Amino acid sequence: MSLVLHRIDDRLIHGQVVVGWGQPLDVGFIVLVDDTVAESDWEQELYRMAVPPEVEVYFETAQSVVGRSAGFQADPRPGVLLTGDIQTMLQLVRARVVRAVNIGGVHHRAGRTQRLRYVFLAPDEEELLREMEREGATVTAQDVPSTRPMPLSEVLDSEGVY
Amino acid sequence: MSDAEPVERPRAIVAGHAQFAHGLVSAVQQITGRGAVFHPVSVVDLSGPDIEALLRDTMLRMDIRVIFTDLQAGSCTMAARRLLRGMDDAVLICGVNLPTLLDFVFATGVPDSQAAQHALERGRAAMNVTTSSGSAPGT
Repeated sequence: MSLVLHRIDDRLIHGQVVVGWGQPLDVGFIVLVDDTVAESDWEQELYRMAVPPEVEVYFETAQSVVGRSAGFQADPRPGVLLTGDIQTMLQLVRARVVRAVNIGGVHHRAGRTQRLRYVFLAPDEEELLREMEREGATVTAQDVPSTRPMPLSEVLDSEGVY
Repeated sequence: MSDAEPVERPRAIVAGHAQFAHGLVSAVQQITGRGAVFHPVSVVDLSGPDIEALLRDTMLRMDIRVIFTDLQAGSCTMAARRLLRGMDDAVLICGVNLPTLLDFVFATGVPDSQAAQHALERGRAAMNVTTSSGSAPGT
């Protein structure tokens, strides 16, 4: 079944991921790609506590996941790959680990402009997303499965709340 | 001597997705008239650090050491767990329901952290299933 969702979400594992996507997709494992979390036992325990016992969580760095991606793709269970930021996901697109990117949650921070209710982007982050498309990836925004996946061009043209 | 009702101090935060917290606290108010025991925090599209800052500020400002949240995997729960790290006198109860809050309201004379743990047990016990052959707890 392999990885069925590659999501940028600054909250990483949370309700939308575990319940909103996890239940309809019958997710069996989550690959959490974050260099800080990968080095912290406490952070890993925090995220493990948030998932049902039948869902396995793998903690990877942006570098280590590249070498392990073939194994994840061959896994018979449906899986979700998460990054907490756009830059990390771009690294995985460039490494040909990811071909379709879901923008799931990039929240307010100084210097960012609101594009959707759950997407705020700085100019350099918008350029990184465009770069993903130039690298051949499909980039859409969609917080939960019941909403329409919005193409990147439409996201970047948006100026308010959807 | 005044006839005014004593103002109740918030003793716990209720935090959750969308309007979950405000809804639960409004139900407590309707049933007991003592919704002020809880400070509801409704979270819509905030980042993890922003939720953590919001909860921290509320706890310190109101001198609260008990947090009730809605969902094990929820952002409020994750933020509260980070917040409680090293805060020895604080308690997080996850998966809150109305019976839990009602028990907490009436638990006075004991530390709030102890009242919260008692309320958790009452909230668990209050769940049951009813079928045509009768009721059974939590089956």
